Amino acid sequence: MDAQEKMLNELIKKQQADELKAKDRYEIPAQDMPAQDGIKRRSNMNEVALGYTETQARLEAMRCLQCKNAPCVEGCPVRIRIRDFVVAIAEGNNEEAISIIKHNSLLPAVCGRVCPQEVQCQEYCTVGKKFKDPEKSVSIGRLERYVADLAKEGDEVPGVALPTGKKVAIIGSGPGGIVVAADVRRAGHEVTIFEAFHKPGGVMVYGIPEFRLPKSIVQEEIDVLKKMGVELICNFIVGRTRTIEQLMTEDGFDAVYVGVGAGLPKFMNIEGEHLVGVYSANEYLTRANLMKAYQFGKGADTPIAVSKNVAVLGGGNVAMDSARMAVRLGAENVYLVYRRSEKEMPARVEEVHHAKEEGVQFCTLQNPKRILGDDQGNVVGMECLKYELGEPDDSGRRRPVAIEGSEFEIDVDTVIVAIGNGANPLIQQTTPGLEFNKWGNIVVDENCKTSLQGVYAGGDIVLGAATVILAMGQGRIAAAAINQYLHG
Amino acid sequence: MSFKILSKKQLSENVFQLDVEAPLVARSRKAGQFVIVSVDEDAGERIPLTIAGADPQKGSIRLIFQRVGKATAQMADLHEADALGYIAGPLGQPTHIQKFGSVVCVGGGIGNAPLLPIATALKEADNQIISILGARNQELLILEDEFKKISDELIVVTDDGSYGRKALVTEPLKEICSRDSKPDCAITIGPAVMMKFCCETTKGFNVPTQVSLNTIMVDGTGMCGGCRVEVGGQTKFVCVDGPEFDGHQVNFEQMMKRMSAYKALEQKALEKYRDHKCKIGLK
Repeated sequence: MDAQEKMLNELIKKQQADELKAKDRYEIPAQDMPAQDGIKRRSNMNEVALGYTETQARLEAMRCLQCKNAPCVEGCPVRIRIRDFVVAIAEGNNEEAISIIKHNSLLPAVCGRVCPQEVQCQEYCTVGKKFKDPEKSVSIGRLERYVADLAKEGDEVPGVALPTGKKVAIIGSGPGGIVVAADVRRAGHEVTIFEAFHKPGGVMVYGIPEFRLPKSIVQEEIDVLKKMGVELICNFIVGRTRTIEQLMTEDGFDAVYVGVGAGLPKFMNIEGEHLVGVYSANEYLTRANLMKAYQFGKGADTPIAVSKNVAVLGGGNVAMDSARMAVRLGAENVYLVYRRSEKEMPARVEEVHHAKEEGVQFCTLQNPKRILGDDQGNVVGMECLKYELGEPDDSGRRRPVAIEGSEFEIDVDTVIVAIGNGANPLIQQTTPGLEFNKWGNIVVDENCKTSLQGVYAGGDIVLGAATVILAMGQGRIAAAAINQYLHG
Repeated sequence: MSFKILSKKQLSENVFQLDVEAPLVARSRKAGQFVIVSVDEDAGERIPLTIAGADPQKGSIRLIFQRVGKATAQMADLHEADALGYIAGPLGQPTHIQKFGSVVCVGGGIGNAPLLPIATALKEADNQIISILGARNQELLILEDEFKKISDELIVVTDDGSYGRKALVTEPLKEICSRDSKPDCAITIGPAVMMKFCCETTKGFNVPTQVSLNTIMVDGTGMCGGCRVEVGGQTKFVCVDGPEFDGHQVNFEQMMKRMSAYKALEQKALEKYRDHKCKIGLK
């Protein structure tokens, strides 16, 4: 028996005797996530974080103080009863834990992996506050993943109510669409999901890489929907193949949920952005993930740049994904160029750690002025400016200010622009009467209802840039509203 | 959906025509729009191809493509009753069709295929159609008969003079623009370099000229930005803002460089495919 197991056994004894005190809980070391070796994983696509062992999970769960007011729940966009499921794990009752989670969240294996817990549930955790270090909070996300992965094998299919005769169209098979499909189908409505790509899953398959979210997990969620009787039609571009109006007036759909994502990459608007070797993060990741460009010539037909020195522009999760993908595709040097300091980076702390472990070089407080090309139009370098931080801006983060005359060049052959997305214009161009704001995002009320009768929307096309969990949260709200609308 | 090939025809050495089952696309497509096609659902490349025609009753669309890389070579090796991996579309903004008066339609090589439905729609909108079709030689000229049917005037040129007039398309284009009643507008579809010179020609005569661009794409719905071109100094996405643009505003030099981004990699993939075919005894 190793030391950890010994510790756990003693704690269990105390727990059973009802003698486990806060002091004991504070003394349990925060459990690190087992991960693939930093050097080894530079050359494979396998998942990096390997998941807690049973002993680790139970120890980590015992760190939870079981606060009466459960502040963690306040930090969760879908208000999972976090304290209760953590207590269940601490007591060795994993099945109960997963059923508590599934009451609010349909995709725990996904959220446990990709939610930014440190700015959600874990930010509010009393343990983290006690140690004045949010990284010492109870690792709620890892615990969620642990029970979700255990439950995966015998995944039971949610029950479906008797047919209502009503039909709902869901546009986009990303996290929001999946949640709406499940909730609306459960109420007995016929559900069809329309997906523009040839594979379902939205950002979870084209954007988030395999090494962070294995595609098999997404596929399992899709399979559950299919078993529930949800119809899935790929290669169908709503707005072009059929318009929303046609779906509702000619094809017999009683309600529509628009969850098409953001999907229009922003560029820097600097000189040289049209050079060969400049990618949007969307393009780079889609080629690498969905189109499997890492197997180009070995079964996959979509090419991607063979790079030596790569600059990734941006500081969010998508920038980290791009940088870490470039590492895996064989680049010798990958620079993450960000105009603020590391503290202001919107990426999850864990992604930043992982990127550094894999050798991504962080170039903070600098930003490109122009991208340099050769006669053939290929990227050969990038001219950057150094920055310093000034007064806080509207976002509360300190504003980066360029230092005049600080130009310098870096040697790169590939540049990946990961500075966010604008709103895709396709639905706007083809849906008269649907109200949009000045940025092209769909305007909705608190129930995710749009200006058109029977049409609901959520996720990035409403929020701008959001997260998987926020899209799911909106999906839940929209589904409830759709069910009410159809019953009314 | 099956995307079954209903008929296949070889139009020239490297140009093929497929009529493929795609009822939803056939029903909603308009002139000027394109589809994304892939031979293999799991690992195939997504190729943008302009829709050359459609039969909504039969539920089929016509695709005309040139064998260039591995993906198109593989597609050319398919037979009737085989199926494509998938077809997604229609995509892009339809051509703006109205009565302009007289319209010069300039097609080069494979560009005649996407040009045909546009010229047909323009004819149906009561325009006078002057067509100029170009090819390197007689063997490579496609769709002449179809253009004959809808053109008020048809000029055929070949680079080597093996058929029609020995000239580049810009020569008759210049003559037509010099006529007393110069054309009201022009549309040109073909190799980038041909479109570039056509636009330079018409610019001198102030004849508004549309071009239809076929840049490298992945999704075709605005998501990747790989298809971006500079038009009038601004970044535009061919898939959602186009595929048609004011040719006088397009930065062709830059576009041509971007279009050759994967040439070396594609060449390798094609060689490997041919080699593989030899080994397994295909012709």
